[in-house]
Amino acid sequence: MCNVCGCGTGETTIGGKAVVNDEHGHEHGAHFHVHADGTSHDHDHTHDHEHSHSHESTQGEHRHYHLHEAGSAHEHFHTHHDHTHDHQHAYGHTHEATVHYGLGPAGAHAPGMSQSRMVKIEQDILSKNDGYANENRGYLAEHGIFALNLVSSPGSGKTTLLVKSISALNGSVPLAVIEGDQQTDNDAARIRATGAPALQINTGKGCHLDAFMVGKAMQQLGLQDDSLLLIENVGNLVCPASFDLGEAHKVAILSVTEGEDKPLKYPDMFRASDLMLLNKCDLLPYLTFDADLAIANARRVNPDIKVIRISATSSEGMDEWLDWIKAGCSKAIDRKSIDSY
Amino acid sequence: MHEMSLAEGVLQLIEDSSKKEHFSHVKTVWLEIGELAGVEVEAMRFCFDAVVRDSIAHDAKLVVIETPGQAWCLHCAEVVHVNALFDACPKCGSHQVQVTGGNEMRVKELDVE
Repeated sequence: MCNVCGCGTGETTIGGKAVVNDEHGHEHGAHFHVHADGTSHDHDHTHDHEHSHSHESTQGEHRHYHLHEAGSAHEHFHTHHDHTHDHQHAYGHTHEATVHYGLGPAGAHAPGMSQSRMVKIEQDILSKNDGYANENRGYLAEHGIFALNLVSSPGSGKTTLLVKSISALNGSVPLAVIEGDQQTDNDAARIRATGAPALQINTGKGCHLDAFMVGKAMQQLGLQDDSLLLIENVGNLVCPASFDLGEAHKVAILSVTEGEDKPLKYPDMFRASDLMLLNKCDLLPYLTFDADLAIANARRVNPDIKVIRISATSSEGMDEWLDWIKAGCSKAIDRKSIDSY
Repeated sequence: MHEMSLAEGVLQLIEDSSKKEHFSHVKTVWLEIGELAGVEVEAMRFCFDAVVRDSIAHDAKLVVIETPGQAWCLHCAEVVHVNALFDACPKCGSHQVQVTGGNEMRVKELDVE
């Protein structure tokens, strides 16, 4: 049995039954304790499980609280001189539920350093972004706005495709565009030339748009109800995959001048997208690009991805793409009227 | 440098939590990073060290728990292990697999004082 916490074999109980746990190893060497009442004792230990200790002295009796990884806690008492331990578990747990990470806080169990405690967080790293994305999504839903997040590598023809799409829609759907690039407002200027309102976000050193930036841009643009919002992300097939902007769909654009294996090289993006536009299809006769293979690769990563072969130059596939957009817009408007009841 | 944004997100969660839980020093940070989360753990460590400088977590140890990629194979009707998003089912070779786990990236807990 361990003289520090009494957690050795045969001491741990669940519902009064002993729990044998060979993994709960301790090594005993020189270890110096100073307790709250000023008394001290020496002994060695290293724990190969993680828990934090706090000591409270109650008339020569020491109370320990342990917080384990799994969120379980136990409490035990030991008297100072004979180091007998009594375990009380807040609720049943085995030490096997504890995740072991080598030396933990026990290694930092230095004199006077007994304030340490564990704080459970259990929060997604992207939770902040996701919170903003949900706000955006709520606003868009409330106003019947269908938003698309267009993602691709640089040079896939996103902006040209947008310009063509906006011209082809020819005012049938009110729309606005948010352009993301590291620098310059060239793209927004190209969109504005079509007559559509466009706002450029320069991310500076950033490699993606995030939901906060898009939320701000949405406010600034003053979006119309029952409209279409096209968000052209920074040309990057990696990072934008992780950042939800509040859009209805991510649309990945892959041009036939790239490699067929791009969906396999950048799987996160093709997995996160609901639609893939295979762009620049007018060039296929001049290339060795295998369109079927590219589509098969995209489906390996995302079996549900919809694919449209398209060309901004020859207008191939344009009708299918615009129909898909219009269907999405109608759905967003329908949903708004359902929700408002 | 998408890991940089993530590291900043981690620091933000830590700072938010320090206000709620009243601590001033973070000794250890446990992150759970799934095999399929698209996060490069080494890059994450590098960025974390850079981001936490001059913060309450300036000398915090970063412990990364890597969770395995899991997917539901429609053909085998069971959960199988996958190493990448486009992996075929290791049992039947089918690509009709839906990822069910291993794409998490979260801050699990902190050792603080």
